[in-house]
Amino acid sequence: MTASRTMRVIALHVAVLAALFLVQFVLPDYHYLAMTRVMVLAIYAMGYNMLFGYTGLLSLGHAMFFAAGLYGAGMTAYYTDLGVPLAFLIGICCGALLSLIIGLVALRTTGVAFMIVTMMFGQVAYLTITYFTDYTRGEEGLTMPASARNFDFLGLHVDLTNAVLRYNLALALLAITLFVILILVRGPMGRVLIAIRENEPRTLMLGFDTFRTKLGALVVSGTISAMAGAAYGLLFAYIGASFASIQYSIEALLFTLLGGAGTVLGPLLGSILMFYMIDIASEYTAAYLLVTGVALVLLVLFFPKGILGTIRERWLPWLP
Amino acid sequence: MASVTLLRTKGLSRQFGGLKAVNDVNFAIREGEIRALIGPNGAGKTTFVSLLSGRIAPSAGSIEFLGNDITARPAHKRVRDGIAYTFQITSIYPMLSVFDNVALSAQSALQRSPGAKPAVIAAKAKEALEHVGLSDRLRDRAGTMSYGHQRLLEVAMGLALEPKLLILDEPTQGLSDGEIENFCRLVKEISRSATVLLIEHNMPVVMKLADTITVLNHGEILAEGSPENIRANAAVQAAYLGTG
Repeated sequence: MTASRTMRVIALHVAVLAALFLVQFVLPDYHYLAMTRVMVLAIYAMGYNMLFGYTGLLSLGHAMFFAAGLYGAGMTAYYTDLGVPLAFLIGICCGALLSLIIGLVALRTTGVAFMIVTMMFGQVAYLTITYFTDYTRGEEGLTMPASARNFDFLGLHVDLTNAVLRYNLALALLAITLFVILILVRGPMGRVLIAIRENEPRTLMLGFDTFRTKLGALVVSGTISAMAGAAYGLLFAYIGASFASIQYSIEALLFTLLGGAGTVLGPLLGSILMFYMIDIASEYTAAYLLVTGVALVLLVLFFPKGILGTIRERWLPWLP
Repeated sequence: MASVTLLRTKGLSRQFGGLKAVNDVNFAIREGEIRALIGPNGAGKTTFVSLLSGRIAPSAGSIEFLGNDITARPAHKRVRDGIAYTFQITSIYPMLSVFDNVALSAQSALQRSPGAKPAVIAAKAKEALEHVGLSDRLRDRAGTMSYGHQRLLEVAMGLALEPKLLILDEPTQGLSDGEIENFCRLVKEISRSATVLLIEHNMPVVMKLADTITVLNHGEILAEGSPENIRANAAVQAAYLGTG
């Protein structure tokens, strides 16, 4: 039974990735770029979901991890000639390091205090970026130089202005993230994460080092978010302080809530839906945030577990 | 008396402000026995076992487990050493399946052998559930079961940890007479493989199960002895009945 369940899970996720691969052949230009962005944002939301959905820790400062990747990679590509691939890795490392430090401090708190502490750190990160305006250009931001758009890597010529390449790079990163998360949450670590979410004192008294497990979850979550940030900056050639603002922290939360917290595919679905909801609403009205707001109220009233969370509860209990 | 001392405390104390909840307790439990810890409300029983399990830190004194000083050891490591604690108020994972609840314990017990196969974890979990008679409820959501069954589930979670010392904090509270009888049988069975420390208010249960009884009053050991001795002890009667 477990084996057939595993097969079903793998088949579902491969099918989702295949659909995303195939849809690029029919998408018009505008949506082609939009979907590229959505996939990168979905990686960010999936990282967020590791902490919020699976571990039950609600962070309101996750934009700092996205920004750590964004600036770690972007500043490296802008100011040094280390090259884009190395800049990408540096961005990821910045996120890993930052999440480790933040985790050691913030995980001393839980619940509302954790929300406040992470929000404060998020604001510190945002203000730090604007404080060093001489280097970061603050809200105005930096546009990546030509050397970061066209370069040679392992004998291959890479042209990041090429939309097809960008789409498929984003898809490849999404696929990697999806399977890493799938392996983690279905394995022993995932079981302990969910146990912490459901009843932390009991989990400690079952002999699990809950602090270390939570720290691990935060580092994985922060690193994935940073990878999304690094990819975003390098693929779309722009980094700016607004990506570190609280709005981006909230966005990850909304994507996750809409799609279903604690489901592997939820953040992806949430990202796509929320992005297009805002996109379509803003064609008709400047008050598009109102539309999002109403959608969220309806969601909380009728689908408090998000779309995939509700589907799992009612019809597909095997959904990871 | 060739048996080994499993756990020993020396001068163990815990103060909450001016209140000496546990005061200078020297206590020892032998391997394989069933020990009951009794005493009036507020005598410090739960505080005492919380000190043993590491949920709270002592103000003074030391704890030795199998000859090693574990006073400063964090709670989760004591669980790995073999001290399992079941909560006074039922503490399970109500949203998870019965199987997953116990599988978590089994996984914890296997932590020292990394890469333990899911099949091994599953087998251990099922064995523990069979032990308490819940093996037909594997897929049920734990929170939907009756209170009595949830208590049994807790015991199964304790068992799957494969403890050397199982601490049960008022396990029969809220159970029906029939369930209590079943429970007593279960504890007897468990005691063949583990030492049991039982906090209990139900005197017939204590008299039936315990090899030795320790009476706690005002955070201090008032008396200790066989059930017959304790029953006849005037000081214990005074503490319980408030005479003298």
